[in-house]
Amino acid sequence: MRKISFSEATREAMEEEMSKDDKIFVMGEDIARQGGIFGQFRGLPQKFGFERVKDTPISETAIIGTAIGAALAGMRPVADMHFADFMGVAMDEFFNQMAKIRYMFGGQCKLPLVVRAPDGLSIQGAAQHSQSIEAWFMHIPGLKVVIPSNPADAKGLLKAALRDDNPVIYFENKMLYPQKGPVPEGEYITEIGKAKVVREGKDVTLVSYSIKMQQALEVADILAKEGIDVEVIDLITISPIDKETILNSVKKTNRFAVLHEAVKQGGVGAELSAIVAEEALDYLDAPIVRIGAPFTPIPFSPTLENNYRINTEDVANKIRGMF
Amino acid sequence: MVVLSEVDKDLTTKFYKTMVKIRTFEKNIERLSLEGEIPGFVHLYIGEEAIATGVCANLTKKDYIESTHRGHGHTIAKGADINRMMAEIFGRETGFCKGKGGSMHIADFSIGMLGANGVVGGGYNLAVGAALAIKYQGRKDVSVVFFGDGASNRGTFHEAANFASIFKLPVIFVCENNKWASTTPYRTTTSVENIADRAVGYNMPGVIVDGNDVFKVYKVAQEAIERARHGGGPTLIEAKTYRIKGHFVGDPEKYRTKEEVQEQFEKNDPIKNFKKEALDKGLMTREEMDEINEKTQKSLVEAIKFAKDSPFPDPSELYEDLYV
Repeated sequence: MRKISFSEATREAMEEEMSKDDKIFVMGEDIARQGGIFGQFRGLPQKFGFERVKDTPISETAIIGTAIGAALAGMRPVADMHFADFMGVAMDEFFNQMAKIRYMFGGQCKLPLVVRAPDGLSIQGAAQHSQSIEAWFMHIPGLKVVIPSNPADAKGLLKAALRDDNPVIYFENKMLYPQKGPVPEGEYITEIGKAKVVREGKDVTLVSYSIKMQQALEVADILAKEGIDVEVIDLITISPIDKETILNSVKKTNRFAVLHEAVKQGGVGAELSAIVAEEALDYLDAPIVRIGAPFTPIPFSPTLENNYRINTEDVANKIRGMF
Repeated sequence: MVVLSEVDKDLTTKFYKTMVKIRTFEKNIERLSLEGEIPGFVHLYIGEEAIATGVCANLTKKDYIESTHRGHGHTIAKGADINRMMAEIFGRETGFCKGKGGSMHIADFSIGMLGANGVVGGGYNLAVGAALAIKYQGRKDVSVVFFGDGASNRGTFHEAANFASIFKLPVIFVCENNKWASTTPYRTTTSVENIADRAVGYNMPGVIVDGNDVFKVYKVAQEAIERARHGGGPTLIEAKTYRIKGHFVGDPEKYRTKEEVQEQFEKNDPIKNFKKEALDKGLMTREEMDEINEKTQKSLVEAIKFAKDSPFPDPSELYEDLYV
């Protein structure tokens, strides 16, 4: 299969869907003239024009608010957030407007829009350009939240998001952009709301997503050599949660661990662990293991940032401790 | 100054009907709320009827409005059915939102009423986005956002105004300056004497109008709306008025005197002033007005009956409409 980068995969998804549906437009800071600060929109304005690929003022509230309004009036907007960290600027638009409009108006309207949010640690991005904040959005009924871990799903999930009639928050890890991986030619989507077992195993279930999937698979390789057979699940969708895939796996392996780059406290792992504890406690042979970042802002200095990062050996040790 | 002869008799009658409908609706809501018949908070539009009426008289069903927590007047002026509004306020399944919204969240998408908003200043960007859609779709329609003087201090106003201006979007910002931001007087929280002055910062026309004079509001809105329909971009209209009622029904109003309110109402009641002018100029007769008053009160009795006779939503409805 051909290999293309995560960034190219998202660009292909945009290009294919925009070619088919002229209701789709995309707006954000630095996306048209510059092609996006990570180059993820490069070429799109040349193909679709500077109206459909639109540079906006630095006004996150207006970007999200106008995307909502445009969706209500029949368009299918895509709003780019520059950095996921800046979503906080527009939080009222996310949780009081976008998430509630369909429900509080009794289902009178659809709200087909996609918010693209580059997240995660990069190289010393420090406290306000490095965060993983997906857990905030899983606490809000009315939003769908997705987070691909590889180029193939980056494309399939973005295409699914662009066709969805609900608001979809699409987190894309900054460090994944240049990474290449196999991406099928031709038409396909990655289903929203469905997790994937990407490596089968019988001893422990390890759920992860986004860039941390790489570490999860690495740990599975390490532990396989020691005789621990890890089942690795890519969550793919943060909300709505695919409980079935996770619970089925736990019922088979009898152990549950979860790994994410986001802060451990109140993270996605906390919710998944609670689900497992509520619905599959009797199947567990060991306490649940949650692995996430320390409860601090992300520091700048390399020594501090390295200490913040979750390293592979720590993950392996925590899982070894379950046996 | 608007010359009355520019406004025809039909329109004059329509103005009166709409204003009386809003006033009668609100008076009934006030009574029902005080009697404990309506759950939750309600915010009344009494004394501000001329603004929604004058602005919306220029709109069609394809045009959009974004409203506020004080939104009954806008919704009625845009042409919404009062039975379904009343049912919504009563939390019944026949309401516009199946009882999920209530007074602060009424919407009727079939007539371009994109919703009231419980967040002060929450509507601007939605209206601007709807205007962006209008532009993409090559339509000649417009989008109107109503807001109060207090809401003009939200950052959303400034982002929306700049956004609308740079892209020359067909949106009209209608500020209802009723002198009170909840319980706080206008000039203690706002840097400018006139909200319209803020238009300068966004390179759009800013117009002040007597918000208690429906003819003047109509005219000013007409000019702004026509400009927007023809690619001339946004306008900020500041309609000066006064909030006759408390922030919400039941507000003890310790922040102002009864005398102040009484004086304002006697001087500026938009319906009283309208009546005098229309009668003086021979545009309507007293009999016509009385007939409208009577019919309106009857329609409200029917609306209340419709609401009360309607069932509450089934508890299972809780889980509906979250996703498409």
